[in-house]
Parts: sequence; structure tokens; C-alpha cells
Amino acid sequence: MSAIGQPVHETIVSRPKAPPQPRPVARRRPRPRAWRVAILVLTAIFYVLPLVCAVKFSLINQKGTYGPQNYTAIVDNGTLSAALVLSLEIAAITAAVAVLLVFPTTVLVRLKLPKLTIVMEAVTILPIVVPPVVLAAGLLQMKETAPLWVVNDFFNHPVTILAPMYVVLAMPLMYRAIDTGLRAIDLHTLVDASRSLGAGWPTTLWRVVLPNVQTAVLGGMFLTIALVLGEVVIANQLDQSTLTFPLQMLEFASQDNAPGISVAMTLAALLFTFLLLFSLSFLARRRGPRAARVVG
Amino acid sequence: MSAVTSPAAPRRRGARRIPVTWLGMLPFLLFMAVFLGVPLYVVVHGALTENGHLTLSYFSAIFTQSQYLVPLKNSLILSLWTSLGPAVIGLALAAAVVAGPRDGVLRRVVSSASGVFAYFAGAPLAFVWIASLGTLGVLTTFFKSTLGYDLAQHFDISSQLGVGICYFYFQIPLMVIFITPALEGLKPEWEEAARNLGATRLSYLRHVAAPVLAPSFIAAWLILFGSAFSAFATMLALDGCTQVVVPCKIYFEMSNNVLTNSIPFGLALGTEMIGVVGIVMIAYWYVQRRAGRWLR
Repeated sequence: MSAIGQPVHETIVSRPKAPPQPRPVARRRPRPRAWRVAILVLTAIFYVLPLVCAVKFSLINQKGTYGPQNYTAIVDNGTLSAALVLSLEIAAITAAVAVLLVFPTTVLVRLKLPKLTIVMEAVTILPIVVPPVVLAAGLLQMKETAPLWVVNDFFNHPVTILAPMYVVLAMPLMYRAIDTGLRAIDLHTLVDASRSLGAGWPTTLWRVVLPNVQTAVLGGMFLTIALVLGEVVIANQLDQSTLTFPLQMLEFASQDNAPGISVAMTLAALLFTFLLLFSLSFLARRRGPRAARVVG
Repeated sequence: MSAVTSPAAPRRRGARRIPVTWLGMLPFLLFMAVFLGVPLYVVVHGALTENGHLTLSYFSAIFTQSQYLVPLKNSLILSLWTSLGPAVIGLALAAAVVAGPRDGVLRRVVSSASGVFAYFAGAPLAFVWIASLGTLGVLTTFFKSTLGYDLAQHFDISSQLGVGICYFYFQIPLMVIFITPALEGLKPEWEEAARNLGATRLSYLRHVAAPVLAPSFIAAWLILFGSAFSAFATMLALDGCTQVVVPCKIYFEMSNNVLTNSIPFGLALGTEMIGVVGIVMIAYWYVQRRAGRWLR
């Protein structure tokens, strides 16, 4: 990722097409209206109250007293920390593969095949609505009929079977993030400039385009991590011997009757991904208002 | 990344150029075909064949026997209200956020949080609600100890209402993500023009904003409907399938294969879900095309 850090062509980008947008100073600063306040307060209650309850719940340990045991268990408990490592591994692979698939393809579509935008949108929105339970059913069927070596090398290991499926599930968010990022920069000028200075396509993509959409790409990757840390349906149905982190949440809640640990795991994962995304939104702000939307 | 680098011979005849450029689409499309297309195909294929030849008996079973029709009805009812409610609330929330300053803290918090909640999927979020409103939940015990009101007798977190509340928790953020671009596309100039022509705020909303937003709203609602229809993780987390909905039925049919030959029925139900989702996506496509007219 070292190349991402190089802010080489940043200054070229934001200038040509999108001149620094005049901040809407002239427009009257909108007074917070009653309806806005009402909606914001109500949704804040709906979202914050259960979270506060969950925090309290997670601090009650097995003996019924207050303490951080549920949180320390995530690290101390051997199977639990192994599950965490496994899930983070799957998340990293999933995020990397999703970027490698979506980023060059989206650049290609925007530059050369704009007519295919509609195809990209169609294909990438499918995983939101295609039921994961049906995908899993299909996988189970495939496993029945697949040759033995495929079963052994592919189906019987959580990383090799889950990572590709999670890449598919991550498509909607990854495509939307990267597409939004690419919309905000002047891709044509950027690529033409890079190519006429003698850079090949790999260099152009990796060292010119990617650094300019890095917040968008990172946003997509962080959401992918959120997805992997929460997905249970496919993993559960494939019935792996090694459980992923979210499956352990189910396990603790039902089998071991320790929902406190499940809730602690949930909150830790939620907070982790929220902080990743929130810190990214500060980075995005530095790069100008058009890049500010990390999500969507 | 390599395939994209195909040096699309600049400015030659179209017939020659297009295939080379199209090669760049191959990795992405192949990946989606293998990991999304093949499992879905296997489901449909398995539902339509018996010992190698075509049969419709599984389909006639799932469309005549009430044990398969009731889940479908329940699923449709549940998806309907858990998509309409969040669509309206999410629209209001997004409007309240968009009306605020562009890179304010509020917008960044909502944007990051919607990403996390929407893509974390059902299972972890269900634990947040178990911790609040479950039989041992913080709110339940609070009501009991201070108000003397036993919530557990009137409300069950795994009832349809409880499951629906959990759905709201990730559907509202999903709506915010999908409707925010449309709301940002409403130009302030339109309101100023309408006001100058003598419109009140209400008539501006009714005659300008509502017609422009309507297609985007319907499109986003359709996505929410599909997402609710295919959701299954929440049920898994709420201790098994307490609601008789299609994903649960598929889950049981796919795992109870020892006693009866129920797998083909599961696959037929899967095909049925693909069909419903397909209809939703076609409608989405039709509406989305109209949405693009004003908001580009």
C-alpha cells in the first residue's frame, strides 16, 4: 500500500473540472427547524438507547456482577481469539480481492465502456437482494456433486470457501464506494496526462488513479470488514469445523448460554468499524467537499 | 489487474477495438458468474430435475401445499412493513441530515454509522436488541424493577414485531445510503425559483420535490423490500427460526435431509425466492431509469 500514500497528482486533479466550489456563504445559514430536530432526536433515541442497554448488558459478567470479563474473554479465550484472527484474515483477503476486481473494472467502464455502467450497477446490486440462504443452498448442492479434490481444497477450509462468497456480498458496497470516488475526480484528464507522460496502464491505475480515490477505496474496504465481521448465514449453513467470529457470537448465545459475551463481541466489532469509517471521514474532508461522502 | 492493462489500440476501427477493451471486463464478470451465477443456477437446476430429467412436481408442491405457502405469505407481509416503515423514516432522517451543513459532524456521524449498521447485517444487531428487550434485557428488567411492568409477558423479541424492530435497525440506514444522493440532487435553485413564482414551501415540496424524488424513493424502497425478503441472519441470532418465513423453511429443508428427501423442496423454495427477487429487481430497473432524469 506504500504507493497510496504518495500524493503526487492530487493537485492536478481537483483543479480542472471541479473548480474549488465556492462555499455557500451567501446562502442564509439555515436555522435548525423543528421537524429536523424532532426527527434527529427520535432516531438518535432509537439507535443510541439499545446501544447503551447493550453496553450495560455486556458489562454484567457470568456471576451477575459488573466487570469487563466479557470483553477480556475475546482475547483470553483461545477459541474466541482464534475465531477473531480467522475472521480478520478472511476480511483482509475479501477486501483486497474485492478492490482488485472492482477498481480496474470500474475505471475501464467509466473510461471506455460507459454503456456498461448499467450492467455494472445491475450485477453489483444483486447481492443485496439475492438471499444468502439461497446462495448457501447452491453451495451445499455444489459440494455434493463436486470432485473430491475440490471439496478438500476448496470447500473444507473456511478461508477458501468464505472469502470468495464474501467478495460477492461486498460487491454492492465496494462498487458504490469506488464509483462515487471516481465520479468526483476528472478521470479522463488524469489518465490522459499520466499516459502521455509515458506511464503504462498498471502504473496509471496504481500510482495515479488509486491515490486520488483512496478514501473511497478505503471506505469500501472498511465496510467489507464490517460485512465479514457480521455475516453468519452462509458460514452457518456450510457447517465448518472452524467457526468464524460472528458464528462464535451465535454459539455463545445459544450453546454456552453466555449472551453477555456475544453482546460484547458485537459492540467491539461495531465500535471498531465505526471508528475506522469515522476517522476516514476526517481524511475525506481534507480532500475537498466532493470526496466527503465516504459511504454510498 | 493485468487484464485491464490490455493496450486498447487507440483509435482503430471500432470492430477491432471493442473486443480488446471488453477483455478487461472478463475477470470481474467471470468471478461473479462463478461465485454468484453458478450457485443460483445449481439451485434452479436442482429444483427442476429429478434423477436427471425435468420435473415440475417440486414446484407444484410448493405452490399448493400450505406448509410452503404460509411461509411465503408471512415473508411477504413481514418484508412489506419492514421495508415501507424504514423507507419513510430513512427518507425523513436523510432529509434532516442533508438540510444541515455539508461537512458537519452530524453528517459524518450519520454517514459512517449508516454504513456500519446497514452492512453489518442482522446477526450482531439482533444481539443489541436481545440485550435491550430480551427476557433478560436491560430495558425489560428496568421496566420490571422500577415500573412493575412485566414486558416479557406482552412482548417477545422473537415475535414478528420483535424481528421487525431488528430489521428496522439495519433497514433505515440502508435507506439513508440509497436516498441521500437523490436528496443531494435537489437543487436549492429549484426551491428559490418556485418561491419567486409565489409557491409556498408546502407547494414546492408537493409539486417539485415530491415528483422529482418519487422514482428514487420507490427504487430505494424496492431494494429495502428485497433486503428484508432475503434477510435471515436476524432469525438465526434470535435463537432459531421462530417465524415461519421462506428462508427458515429453506434452511430446514436443506438441513433435514436425513429423514426425508427434502432438499429438492428447499431448492424449489430457493428458486421461488429468486423469482420474487427477480420481479423486484425488474421493477427497480424500470423505476431507476426514470429516477436518473433529473438527478444526474
